[in-house]
Amino acid sequence: MKVRAQIGMVLNLDKCIGCHTCSVTCKNVWTSRAGVEYAWFNNVETKPGVGYPRNWEDQDRWNGGWKRKSSGKIQPKMGGKFRLLANIFANPDLPEIDDYYEPFTFDYAHLQQSGESKDVPTARAHSVITGDKMEKPEWGPNWEEILGGEFVKRSQDYNFKDIEKDMYGEFENTFMMYLPRLCEHCLNPACVASCPSGAIYKREEDGIVLIDQDKCRGWRMCVSGCPYKKIYFNWQSGKSEKCTFCFPRIENGEPTVCSETCVGRIRYLGVMLYDADRIEEAASVADEGALYEAQCDIFLDPNDPDVIAAAKRDGVPDSWLEAAKASPVYKMAMEWKVAFPLHPEYRTLPMVWYIPPLSPIQSKWEEGQIEDDGVIPDVSKLRIPVKYLANMLTGGKEQPVAHALERMLAMRAYMRTRHVDGAADDNILDHVGLDVKTVDEMYKVMAIANYEDRYVIPTNHREYAGDTPFDNDIAFASRSECGFSFGNGCSGGATKKSLFGTPTHNNSMNGIVRRG
Amino acid sequence: MSNFLDRLNYFKASPETFADGHGITTDESRDWEHAYRGRWAHDKVVRSTHGVNCTGSCSWKIYVKNGLVTWETQQTDYPRTRPDLPNHEPRGCARGASYSWYLYSASRLKYPMVRARLINLWRQAKADHSDPVDAWASICSDKEKATTYKKVRGLGGFVRADWDEVNEIIAAANIYTAKQYGPDRIIGFSPIPAMSMISYAAGSRYLSLIGGTCMSFYDWYCDLPPSSPQTWGEQTDVPESADWYNSGYIMAWGSNVPQTRTPDAHFFTEVRYKGTKTVSVTPDYSEVAKLTDLWLNPRQGTDSALAMAMGHVILKEFHLAGKSDYFDDYCRQYTDMPFLVCLEKQGDRYVQGRTLRASDLEGNLGEEKNADWKPVLFDANTGEVKVPNGTIGSRWDGSAKWNLELKNAADGSEIWPETSLAEKHDAVVSVGFPYFGNLENDQPIFKHTDHDGILDRNVPVRKIKTAAGEEMVVATVFDLLVANYGIDRGLGGSNVAKSLDEDIPYTPAWQEKITGVAADKVIKVAREFADNADKTHGRSMVILGAAINHWYHMDMIYRGIMNLLIMCGCIGKSGGGWAHYVGQEKLRPQTGWQPLAFGLDWSRPPRHMNSTSFFYNHSDQWRYEKLGVDEILSPTADKEKWKEYSLIDCNVRSERMGWLPSAPQLNRNPLTIARDAEAAGKSEADFVVDELKSGNLGFACEDPDNPQNFPRNLFVWRSNLLGSSGKGHEYMLKHLLGTQHGLLGKDLGATDGTQKPNEVVWHDEAPEGKLDLVVTLDFRMSTTCVYSDIVLPSATWYEKNDLNTSDMHPFIHPLSRAVDPAWESRSDWDIYKGIAEKFSELCLGHLGVEKDVVTLPILHDTPAELAQPLGVQDWKKGECDPVPGKTMPSLITVERDYPNTYARFTSVGPLLEKMGNGGKGINWKTNEEVEFLGKLNGSHTEGANAGRPKIVTDIDATEVVLSLAPETNGHVAVKAWGALGQQTGRDHTHLARPKQEEKIRFRDIQAQPRKIISSPTWSGLEDEHVSYNAGYTNTHELIPWRTLTGRQHFYQDHEWMRDFGETLCVYKGPVNTKTVKPVASLGEGKKEVALNWITPHQKWGIHSTYSDNLLMLTLNRGGPVVWMSEVDAKKIDVEDNDWIELYNANGAIVARAVVSQRVPEGMTMMYHAQEKIINTPKSDTTGGRGGIHNSVTRAVVKPTHMIGGYAQLSYGFNYYGTVGSNRDEFVMVRKLENVDFGDENHQSEAAE
Repeated sequence: MKVRAQIGMVLNLDKCIGCHTCSVTCKNVWTSRAGVEYAWFNNVETKPGVGYPRNWEDQDRWNGGWKRKSSGKIQPKMGGKFRLLANIFANPDLPEIDDYYEPFTFDYAHLQQSGESKDVPTARAHSVITGDKMEKPEWGPNWEEILGGEFVKRSQDYNFKDIEKDMYGEFENTFMMYLPRLCEHCLNPACVASCPSGAIYKREEDGIVLIDQDKCRGWRMCVSGCPYKKIYFNWQSGKSEKCTFCFPRIENGEPTVCSETCVGRIRYLGVMLYDADRIEEAASVADEGALYEAQCDIFLDPNDPDVIAAAKRDGVPDSWLEAAKASPVYKMAMEWKVAFPLHPEYRTLPMVWYIPPLSPIQSKWEEGQIEDDGVIPDVSKLRIPVKYLANMLTGGKEQPVAHALERMLAMRAYMRTRHVDGAADDNILDHVGLDVKTVDEMYKVMAIANYEDRYVIPTNHREYAGDTPFDNDIAFASRSECGFSFGNGCSGGATKKSLFGTPTHNNSMNGIVRRG
Repeated sequence: MSNFLDRLNYFKASPETFADGHGITTDESRDWEHAYRGRWAHDKVVRSTHGVNCTGSCSWKIYVKNGLVTWETQQTDYPRTRPDLPNHEPRGCARGASYSWYLYSASRLKYPMVRARLINLWRQAKADHSDPVDAWASICSDKEKATTYKKVRGLGGFVRADWDEVNEIIAAANIYTAKQYGPDRIIGFSPIPAMSMISYAAGSRYLSLIGGTCMSFYDWYCDLPPSSPQTWGEQTDVPESADWYNSGYIMAWGSNVPQTRTPDAHFFTEVRYKGTKTVSVTPDYSEVAKLTDLWLNPRQGTDSALAMAMGHVILKEFHLAGKSDYFDDYCRQYTDMPFLVCLEKQGDRYVQGRTLRASDLEGNLGEEKNADWKPVLFDANTGEVKVPNGTIGSRWDGSAKWNLELKNAADGSEIWPETSLAEKHDAVVSVGFPYFGNLENDQPIFKHTDHDGILDRNVPVRKIKTAAGEEMVVATVFDLLVANYGIDRGLGGSNVAKSLDEDIPYTPAWQEKITGVAADKVIKVAREFADNADKTHGRSMVILGAAINHWYHMDMIYRGIMNLLIMCGCIGKSGGGWAHYVGQEKLRPQTGWQPLAFGLDWSRPPRHMNSTSFFYNHSDQWRYEKLGVDEILSPTADKEKWKEYSLIDCNVRSERMGWLPSAPQLNRNPLTIARDAEAAGKSEADFVVDELKSGNLGFACEDPDNPQNFPRNLFVWRSNLLGSSGKGHEYMLKHLLGTQHGLLGKDLGATDGTQKPNEVVWHDEAPEGKLDLVVTLDFRMSTTCVYSDIVLPSATWYEKNDLNTSDMHPFIHPLSRAVDPAWESRSDWDIYKGIAEKFSELCLGHLGVEKDVVTLPILHDTPAELAQPLGVQDWKKGECDPVPGKTMPSLITVERDYPNTYARFTSVGPLLEKMGNGGKGINWKTNEEVEFLGKLNGSHTEGANAGRPKIVTDIDATEVVLSLAPETNGHVAVKAWGALGQQTGRDHTHLARPKQEEKIRFRDIQAQPRKIISSPTWSGLEDEHVSYNAGYTNTHELIPWRTLTGRQHFYQDHEWMRDFGETLCVYKGPVNTKTVKPVASLGEGKKEVALNWITPHQKWGIHSTYSDNLLMLTLNRGGPVVWMSEVDAKKIDVEDNDWIELYNANGAIVARAVVSQRVPEGMTMMYHAQEKIINTPKSDTTGGRGGIHNSVTRAVVKPTHMIGGYAQLSYGFNYYGTVGSNRDEFVMVRKLENVDFGDENHQSEAAE
């Protein structure tokens, strides 16, 4: 066993209101600059739909993620080492700009500067890539917003696999959900394995996956390798970039920008402990429908004394172990079983999980049979097909998704007996394997959802970063000297270039007298 | 190469592998990570928000780096709620988060700009005239010169100017206009002050000091539901969004909560986990539908049929069957159900009349004062007719009996109101109820039924002897209500249903034909809704919104829903009631703000105008009116009586009778009237009355196309009047601006066989370009800026100090100056201060201390609201004498000290000490607060304002508001509750005493938002135990509603309400605006489809800003789009993203189609306020640039909204009056043949 800790995320799609605030605040901070105009580290898709970039979920098309070989071993789906190298100059699996969208802007200045003209001035659309006028944008990062576009186009959605879908194109049977997406910071990241330059890495202390901008050579194999299409090529710098999980915030115990600004309060951040030695095993399970369970199996119980001991041995700080016990992500994914990974069949062991949405009852239940319905509806009557959600969240296996929806409905029905009928009916909980204590906690985290319950994030313990675990040097030096630098920030590191020249001796103000 | 790297920074010393060699740990340097860390770094974080008309009122962190704003994220530090309630953080949506884009974008206005032709004329005129006022006169009095610049409005051609020069032009124009035509010809439009109340006040204070007119907005936007003042005597008061969490059953009815109430939506999603059921009622599969358990999709515009059917079920099963004691008790005490209505004989049947009053009965039932205004009921304790406490007569009689105690007003004895006479009747009579559901609409998507226009139903009555010895047949409101809903109660007769399946108005089976919603769904929801309310004592709620309030007959839709809530005892109960969230945005410290905003500290009253009537009248939309009064009159009304009246005639009558305000007011300069009166040796009021009587003087509205009566100068700030809210956009372009327009229809003069109005002078040639000067303040180049003569660059919301409140939450928090205004921009406060200074300087020799005669309509919440008790009389028709304040507007002479406008603008005036402060019918002394402000802000030491507290800076202005308002000054709150107690005879000060020493100041709220203090200005409480909920103090403190009976009104007894069939709620379908047929010839040979025109609230912008924001445009397809169904798109060969053209008699729009299955056939939707300044091609049909969403609309006014002088149906600014409905409209939709942006025309010759 090798215990690792990662900050994971859960998004409760049942509460998602599709407002795109996450996308905008993220873009403002991270991608509002040349070269990445088209890049949305966080985007929100309306489902059913083909998404951004188009049909990203279809790995028959893009060859992202991993594939399991007949030997039982896994390798990147786009090919092994030799194939990757062979395709460096002609990658057949690389999305083009039109698969995302041609970024555009408008000639705003014209409105102020136009001379007198026959018509009211209008700010024409222009391509950001070519600078040319565009008659109209043809696609965008949110083109299918609230089911925009004909059903025949949107229903190319990969999640309709094995579903008789025609009826869902009818007005009366319309269903809709939102899917906010960001980098999954996978336990088994295909992007890392795809990079010929070794520029992508997963940080050991918090699991955040980053692209080293010094080492990236712009081969873009990671763009193809990532099945979520969450790596973007910066056409100005010639390097690839991706969601950083706002590590400068996470390190300080603050939620990511997309999480803190989530006005629907759907996002949760918390520590997950896992056994790094079992990653390959979990990602290699033969049955795609079993991958979700396999990933659950490598998560470790933060309350288990053996796990705690092993974690300490492997260097996980105490406060991280405390945080793991209070982790809302662990509760939702492991204890309550209401959150699921996105497309586990990609075998990347993603760490951004989703609670599936409830939906209005189907029209057919509204015709004549409505009287049979209770005040809080039954899961079999919900409008979104469970199979559709299962294709998205459990590799097609319906039972876990149905079970999660049943638990949520049971929580609602039970709470209704408490708050409206005046007498709590515990029987409702028995049917779905819940008890009052658990449902009270679910309610507190999912409904009341206080800031401190949504985000349980330990700080990064950089004080451990010295030569030995209990050195003062790096911490005190950072405290006192951070910022006086020409580019290497607060790091000591190998580059000793600093505002005040190359350091020749240690800071002596830390109260420690160094003797020869 | 299956390995992945796991790079180590610390904990472990050397590279190692894991997962059986699948992963490798390395120890390479991670120094590069500082690059992203540096991006996240910033120099300071400042609290501000977005000051546009957004209800969100979210507090934001503004990040500043190197002296520039970089980005914003939401604050998370609101004071916390209770442990059993979610907290407010984070409030703020994608629209707000994208705002920082504006600050340094190419859209930002950087310096003042003027239309080149105007500045050339000006500079020439200045060379010819040493006096700027004379220079302005030489331009605008010369028709040729004036036309030169007016006709190119909107067509480019701006040049840079400097502040001194533009201020001079503006001041000169204002002075000339006031002197030549009257200050009431200077108009200002700015909406919804709550979001940036100081910025609003800057302009309104300037206008009020010079006698200009402030235009209303809430009614004009059609966000005002007139049903609220009708029912409750309250503009609109609603629960804060946190109160949704106290509810057990919520219907979201025409309110798209996640899209339009984004920061509040979490309460809606979260309360479901508490066990609350949610139901959505929307014609399309909208965003809110996603969050609900059941989606009801009535055909748009037919919601009142659905609501009436639910009411039928609830009244029948819960009231008549006696299922709920809770409902019964509630209705006796808090509704007009027990009040008695006189029935009038009409042929063989009776019809509904006015309520029975104390004055009808022997000895006025012991009531000496206001007996005409004291409706009566049967007391079950004595079996006699009694006047209960709390009627509007009691409100103003000084008896301290204006409360909801169940007592007889005359002797204080206890009463038990009787709601039904079914068991105690003298007779059962047949009463005729008007039915409008049989009217055919020429658009087949709107269905009708074949029931009679008058439905006779049996009603139990008592016969009562009046003081005059006549016998009156009376019924209770409850008994009429039951009959109106068509419920059989064993009294025989026809048109009543024994079962819910019968096809009789208003059963669930009946509604299915109109709405398309299955009857069983309606029954289920009605039962669940009522059952929940019964079990929880009122915790059932309806969140309702613009979608159903923007119809011509919105009152019927809203009253249908309000009836459900009142019947179920939900109003005034935590977690219950109506939650109307459209454009209201509560300005919580209202009574502290009003003196600042309207200059009440220097002169009273200010000039206010209801914008709908104004624009209907002065942009000549009335000249094109096709809706006849006979089309909307009740079948029971006297048709003869209304024969002579068109809609504009009704409005003119209303203004003359003192019901609605007027602007411009009279057809003579009000500054000259005082001089004329003096010359005639009469008081101003007597003089005006005599002149009106003799016909020498008239109202401006009677001849709006006479140059004497034109509005002349228009200020627009914090608004995009011409790109967003302006119904009848093309009419405004033509008649107010005089420029290129896309109007396709003809006026009444050019239409054969149509009746022209009688009360308005008809000019065959309609004037174009009435406005001499249009000035707009903005931070971005909006559509309105494009059409203006002068554009003034204002500070953004991150560059100025201001205050912000909302109805959605209980906090007050600031806008702050995170960085100085960029380039040459200035705060609104500084801009108007600058204009005021220039005005004071230039007016010398033109205007001095002047007497200005102001006409003031009969106002709600003043004793004057007891003006016209028993019938409607028009003095102009000789039906009564013109008596100011009684049968016509009050006439008040106000002194204007024009040379000291600037001195007054920048100081607190003496009227606060002299006359006190207050609102909503109460008044308190406020000397201490004025004295305090002198210390806090300092006082002027010399000049006309020596000794007066300063209001020099925007922060000074915030302190005036915060000090004077009960909501932010606990001491004032106690005084205010005390003042109310004098009317109610009850002590309410306990509601504020715990917070008496709390005083909130500007820097306090910069540190953290503060909860406001409970005040009698509002009907809810904000304390540690309850969430704010409208009507809470009515039901818990027994404070009456400010209505005729003091109760919630099911019944409207005004004569015009009776004539238009709206005494009780009925179903009225969409009206026929007749805008499609007149342009039929334009569609010959083309594939077209006629679709209902729906303009919902923006997802990618809020009201007047945002829709040009690059981030929002990127997320919404980059330019104007219109939604339509797949079915309709197929009919005209349109695919998703094709260019389409939409047109009718009002104008044309060009946009791209979003084709979607979620839209029902027959409807098309365009989010409002997408602007033509963004990537909009020309229209094939008009030949000009494609229009905005209001290019295909025109305001159509409704007579019942013009009622005044009658208790709750009395005028108040943004409270009552005509509203700009727009959803009954149809457009023809077709593919755009030629996509032409007209680029080659730029820089070319102007539109000569």
